[in-house]
Amino acid sequence: MRGADRFTLGALLAPAGAFLAAFFLLPLVLMLRTGASGPDGLWTYAAILTDARYLKSLGQTLALAAGVTAATLVVSGIAGLFLSRHRFRFRRLLVAMLTLPLAFPGVVVGFLVIMLAGRQGLIGQITQALAGERLVFAYSMAGLFVGYLYFSIPRTVLTVMAAAETLDPALEEAARACGAGRWQVVRDVLIPGLRPAFLAAGAICFATAMGAFGTAFTLATEISVLPMLIYAEFTVSANIAAAAALSFLLGAVTWAVLALARTAAGGTVAAAG
Amino acid sequence: MRRDAGFWAGLVFAALVAAFLIVPVILSILAGVTANYQRGILASGVTLAWVARVLDLYAHTILLSVKIALATLVATLVLGIPVAYALARHQGRFARLVEEALVMPVAIPGIATGLALILAWGAVGAFRSHWTFILAGHVLFTLPFMVRAVLAVLLGVGLPVLEEGARSLGAGLLYRFVTVVLPNARPGIVSGSLMVVTLSLGEFNMTLLLHTPFTMTLPVGLADSYASMRLEIGSAYTLVFLMLIVPLLVALQAAADRAAGIGRR
Repeated sequence: MRGADRFTLGALLAPAGAFLAAFFLLPLVLMLRTGASGPDGLWTYAAILTDARYLKSLGQTLALAAGVTAATLVVSGIAGLFLSRHRFRFRRLLVAMLTLPLAFPGVVVGFLVIMLAGRQGLIGQITQALAGERLVFAYSMAGLFVGYLYFSIPRTVLTVMAAAETLDPALEEAARACGAGRWQVVRDVLIPGLRPAFLAAGAICFATAMGAFGTAFTLATEISVLPMLIYAEFTVSANIAAAAALSFLLGAVTWAVLALARTAAGGTVAAAG
Repeated sequence: MRRDAGFWAGLVFAALVAAFLIVPVILSILAGVTANYQRGILASGVTLAWVARVLDLYAHTILLSVKIALATLVATLVLGIPVAYALARHQGRFARLVEEALVMPVAIPGIATGLALILAWGAVGAFRSHWTFILAGHVLFTLPFMVRAVLAVLLGVGLPVLEEGARSLGAGLLYRFVTVVLPNARPGIVSGSLMVVTLSLGEFNMTLLLHTPFTMTLPVGLADSYASMRLEIGSAYTLVFLMLIVPLLVALQAAADRAAGIGRR
């Protein structure tokens, strides 16, 4: 690189670099330090991993994120593959419906779960009419699960469809010509071919579910997922050291998951929302 | 193509998933224009009173969110396009590192970033209660989307060759930037801009911590109405939000399709 080029490169990157340094790197360093500012000092970081309440929250959040990721991959995998391999009359409409909620904020998704499974929800009305008893699960773990599934499906369907478009249809034709059945084609051609896309989509789904906050906030469940716990520690208990340490732990987990997936799958992987 | 049992099973499955996503939206829209949701829309009738009530109570949140989204857009354009251009010209190890640093704010949950911002800047003058405090968070979170959208298009159009041609004709850097880079980057700038505005309008995870009673944004107002108002008001407010965000999402899909066509070329 020539000297003038290097200067130009620096000048182009400088404004964004300065912004990131002031509003991201500096705050992160200060948060790391705040996490060690409580009565336990640096041990706060060890303490959050031994405290029963924090551990329970961490376990629940990990389990929820893993469950949502698995369910999303199955549901979106089937729907996405179907839509990318068949052409029929209302296909465009179906794709539009499946991807409409893309970028709906978590708060709105929480409210939609209430419309579905809350006290005045559709499922409650139907079960009331059919069985005489109102089924309400919006404010439980099941409600959170449904909400997280809701905002994970559109993104993952899009990823699966985009990846399936790039797969060479000749591979499937060849497998079929060799006598492979539908499931054999899926198992031996499509799933291996889509592995990087599934890995990337799964990592984004997992990291987003770990950090999702709006849905849990709207549903106001007694289930304390990690972001809710951080919010409560900061605002209600004013336990700022613990909130900072927990935030750092949460950020480290989601960042590591995305970085691992990126290394394994290649290309860029990042969460959104 | 043969339409066997597998096809119909797949179609039913996809339709069920679509219903799961769309039915609650329809319920919410209906509830927003129903006089009394408990009694039902047929029994109690259609009304726009709840929407009027929402505009009465929460108009300031809508205006603030639009203001922040537009300011975020300007900031990401100014900060992001030069970065995308630099990364398109220099695909080295250093560029990888810059990209990695840029994406980090998206890889870390909003609540963690929000807390970090408060710890660093919360006590600096009146910044904490000014709307630009939220702006800083939104720019942090949306900048990578702008950079990636523009970068993908620039890499697709064969920028070095185009620029070399302009340079050999004597065009300077600034002239090339305006006459070669920006026009070629347009599809990426359009899809990146739509993405940034959409994300900023809906951002909640970080904004809940960053906002103050003087700087309540639309999504924070939504959460407030869900928690403290009757179902019809929450629904009417959601309806207003959807009317703002759905056209953006539709335009975003179209723009992203166009930009992807160039990125793959």
